[in-house]
Amino acid sequence: MSKIEFERVSLRFPHSLHPAVDSCSFSVESGQFVVILGPSGCGKTTLLKMVNRLVDPTQGQIRLEGKDIHQFPVTALRQRIGYVIQQSGLFPHMTVAQNIAVVPRLLGWRKERIRARVDELLELVNLSPHEYRHRYPAQLSGGQQQRVGLARALAGDPGLLLMDEPFGAIDAITRSKLQEEILRLHRQLKKTILFVSHDVEEALRLADRILVMHKGQVVQFDTPFRLLTQPANPFVRELLGADDMVRQLSVLRVETAMAKIPHNHKIQEGAVVKPQESLRRALSVLLRTGAAALTVWEDGRAIGILTLDHIRDLAVLEATPAYEGSA
Amino acid sequence: MSYILNNPGLVWQLTQEHMVMTAVTLAIAVVLALPVALLIHHVRWLTVPVMGTLSILYTVPSLALIILLVPFFGLNARSVIVAMVLYTQVILVRHISVGLDSIQPAILEAARGMGMNLWQRWWQVQVPLMLPIFLAGLRLSAVVAIAIATIGAKFGAGGLGTLLFDGIAQAGRYDKIWAGSLAVGSLALLVNTALLALEWAARRS
Repeated sequence: MSKIEFERVSLRFPHSLHPAVDSCSFSVESGQFVVILGPSGCGKTTLLKMVNRLVDPTQGQIRLEGKDIHQFPVTALRQRIGYVIQQSGLFPHMTVAQNIAVVPRLLGWRKERIRARVDELLELVNLSPHEYRHRYPAQLSGGQQQRVGLARALAGDPGLLLMDEPFGAIDAITRSKLQEEILRLHRQLKKTILFVSHDVEEALRLADRILVMHKGQVVQFDTPFRLLTQPANPFVRELLGADDMVRQLSVLRVETAMAKIPHNHKIQEGAVVKPQESLRRALSVLLRTGAAALTVWEDGRAIGILTLDHIRDLAVLEATPAYEGSA
Repeated sequence: MSYILNNPGLVWQLTQEHMVMTAVTLAIAVVLALPVALLIHHVRWLTVPVMGTLSILYTVPSLALIILLVPFFGLNARSVIVAMVLYTQVILVRHISVGLDSIQPAILEAARGMGMNLWQRWWQVQVPLMLPIFLAGLRLSAVVAIAIATIGAKFGAGGLGTLLFDGIAQAGRYDKIWAGSLAVGSLALLVNTALLALEWAARRS
């Protein structure tokens, strides 16, 4: 619900040779899920913190819904932007409910409205209000803390969410679950999300578009698919592992490669995929079942088939990059 | 003990004087220590010189310090209170700055990022989180102040020290010395226990 534009934004610390953020220009459409990806020290977190003015650029302009963010009072700006950080940053002396209520209270909501909102948000992040409302952060697991952190960020119903490596310190299984949930929330609530990560798989999984940063500069801002198939330079290619064909398959959908059902096709048990699933998963099913062809199944009927040849043909087609790096 | 039972009015009056001196000292000391602690929390390099000075002050014998202060503040409770304030600074400043340092930077950043202003961050986040450590410092300061206030009697400040010094001056009045010691000891124990209870309450929440 919020469009963000960066225009030639730079940050140069005094006594530093290289700018931390170097003339970054890009714009994020309303409702997009953008992952800012790059190695540590590339300026991605700094870039994120510029949006809610925890860091102010030394040059350039950032606009929120077309308006320079410096035109908003700084606390009002921050209250309308959700903010989630790595260690959740929950206030240890407040209960879960009090933590979630912080922004609504700053906004001066009435008590009943805040209470209803807290319960609504706990339901939204799959924590039973009855069970968790009165707990303290120390009584929650890392994953639960992050859910509460997310609920807290959403409390004032902001159009924009900033997430700074929110799942970085969480075990792989819980992280995968939280990634699924943030995708669901994004579909459900249609917020604009800026999400900092250094994890390529995470970025590919979550992002509508990925902003790749290197040494303070925006190197490429594109869809996961185009980043993999047309990396702008050797850095992007290496960072994303664009040569990894299996990874490429993970951003391609079954429906892009499937063929019509031949007359003599027989459906083999278990060898079935959905059209929206990734080719990577289809490949896995092919290998596991040993079937010659998978049946693509949607709404209770077969709509196509998929063989190893189909996958290979598409992969070869897509793997012709615009940029030819030195091998 | 019998002296206390025979002169409850006098002992109670001296106890009150003692408590007023201590309370006034603590109030002034906290008001002074807060800005100093905030200063060294934000301007790091000041920590060593400030804490060094306050520590040196702490090593000056209380009798000597009060004598030095008499020409400026007079032969009354004021000199004694100023001395007690100076002594408690090292304890309070240290505890407040340790309390502030103990708050994770991520928590303060979250508070800022959510749109709390300076005042809201102070009252809603920093104060409650450093409260247990601050109360521990206040408790130590209270005990130190109660002890030093005893010497105040020598300088016309009144308080339970009066009993002790009278007992020494009037040879053989051990009953007064006992009564004074008992009263000061009980007062210190009581205040310590009360503040400790507060501290635990703050830690639990």
